[in-house]
Amino acid sequence: MKLNRNLVEDAVHGIFLLLGLVTVACVLLITVYLVVSGIPAIREIGIVKFLFGSVWASTAAEPKYGILPFILTSVYGTAGAILLGVPVGFLTAVYLAKMAPKSVKEIMGQAVSMLAGIPSVVYGLVGMMVLVPGIRKLFHVPDGASLLAAIVVLAIMILPSIIKMSVTALEAVPKEYEDASLALGATPEETWFRVSVPTAKSGIAAAVVLGVGRAIGEAMAVMMVAGNAANMPSLFQSVRFLTTAVASEMSYSSGLQRQALFSIALVLFLFIMLINAALNFFLKGEKQG
Amino acid sequence: MKRVICTLLCLAMALSLAACGQKPAEAPAAAAPAATQAPAAAPAKLSGTVSTDGSTSMEKVIGALGEAFMEANSDVTFTYNPTGSGSGIQAVQEGRCDIGLSSRALKDEEKAAGLTETVLCYDGIAVIVNPENTVEDLTLEQIAAIYTGEIKNWSEVGGADAEIVLIGREAGSGTRSGFEEIVEVKDKCQYRQELSSTGDVITTVAQNPGAIGYASLASVKDTVKAVKVGGVAPSEAAVKDGTYAIQRPFVLATKTGVQLGDAAQAFFDYVTSADANEIIVAAGVVPAN
Repeated sequence: MKLNRNLVEDAVHGIFLLLGLVTVACVLLITVYLVVSGIPAIREIGIVKFLFGSVWASTAAEPKYGILPFILTSVYGTAGAILLGVPVGFLTAVYLAKMAPKSVKEIMGQAVSMLAGIPSVVYGLVGMMVLVPGIRKLFHVPDGASLLAAIVVLAIMILPSIIKMSVTALEAVPKEYEDASLALGATPEETWFRVSVPTAKSGIAAAVVLGVGRAIGEAMAVMMVAGNAANMPSLFQSVRFLTTAVASEMSYSSGLQRQALFSIALVLFLFIMLINAALNFFLKGEKQG
Repeated sequence: MKRVICTLLCLAMALSLAACGQKPAEAPAAAAPAATQAPAAAPAKLSGTVSTDGSTSMEKVIGALGEAFMEANSDVTFTYNPTGSGSGIQAVQEGRCDIGLSSRALKDEEKAAGLTETVLCYDGIAVIVNPENTVEDLTLEQIAAIYTGEIKNWSEVGGADAEIVLIGREAGSGTRSGFEEIVEVKDKCQYRQELSSTGDVITTVAQNPGAIGYASLASVKDTVKAVKVGGVAPSEAAVKDGTYAIQRPFVLATKTGVQLGDAAQAFFDYVTSADANEIIVAAGVVPAN
């Protein structure tokens, strides 16, 4: 009987190990594939010309492959989304974790979860139908598909991850800290912002980084509202992100153009790796603090 | 007890994985009904290869035709090499492929060099504007000036005082290269938006009163207005008889007086017969036969 049990246990262990390895294998495969298929074009174009060239004309008679506009657009777009999304998300999280009555908290929590569940193509569609014409009329510009539209869509899309993670961090603050602060005569507001938030700061920072990751990696919704012309970023101009540069040209691309798209994907991948490293750093900080 | 449950769960997971693995195998069966529209299989079973080489713009139509042909004749291998019209013509001349594909009419010297052209279909591209736009008719020169940014305001071509918003397709799109070649604005277009599907172009033009875009004739809907080009309204008939300017023939080039192989001849007969029209129309072009 004992032997039998051990056998079952080993088998179960094996299955779990195998399933775990599938994930690791996927990551390795994608990394290796991206590097292998991304390097040749960078070599052929020249890394400086590729990263810092400001003109992208992949199918022109004399093709130019400069992705600086895409890099800057991705950086500006993400920064804009963070600028809009973080204050809203952070204050919502404080409200949900500390102030909201139980019933409100439940309903709002559900709403936030639903926001996270909406597919990105739906965000894009609503953006395309409502936001883009709205921006055109509101700001009297000839066309609403612009960096601004993308920023607004991204800001909404990153809200759920920021709110949920910040709420978790705020709720993990030991009650004794807050009680002590209150007992010393601080008002509840002072306690939340001077005691709870600083205690939860690494969790909140991680939430922001997670938002950055989501914003920089989003393609579908952005493709539908940003216009996709390879311009240098400007608030009311149509722009192309790193993600949309890959997605929009992939279907009919060939030769060096296709290889260059893989190189863009590699650059994007490095960006996201960097963000992941930052996330790990903040999460580690939370554990120690 | 826990272990038993755990084992059962693992088994269930393994089974569901196995079930997932089976799905792709079923896919071809699901695709089979499409084959019924394909030509009635030739009496004697065909085998061999059909090699085509040439125009990248013809990828969609020739790919769909090739697939349908292979569905009906399972022993035939169909290949398509997207190299460009010039290379395709050269390839058939040198005997490197059975049928050369060209998205322009053959030049006289090419015909003199021993090639026969057979028009497979016509690619008509409609220039579309918002229904609110009062402009009804543009010349080819005006369209070129609009797309290169020389004409920036609708009032310059008899419309309202509003900035023109140029909507186009992504680099690599066949519609884009077709349009830019015919209007002679290759690599000079000042696009405000580069969208990756015909549907997106139509939706965007339908929303913005200042927008102008292009789309293959077959996909134009009532939500946008197709302008006349040089006084000719775009229609299948006008494309076929050549009066509508923004169109190009998709040509099959074969060697004059040289008998094609059995499989290639069967393919040639099939694509130039009325049986293939449904697939040709589905690919967004106007059948010639």
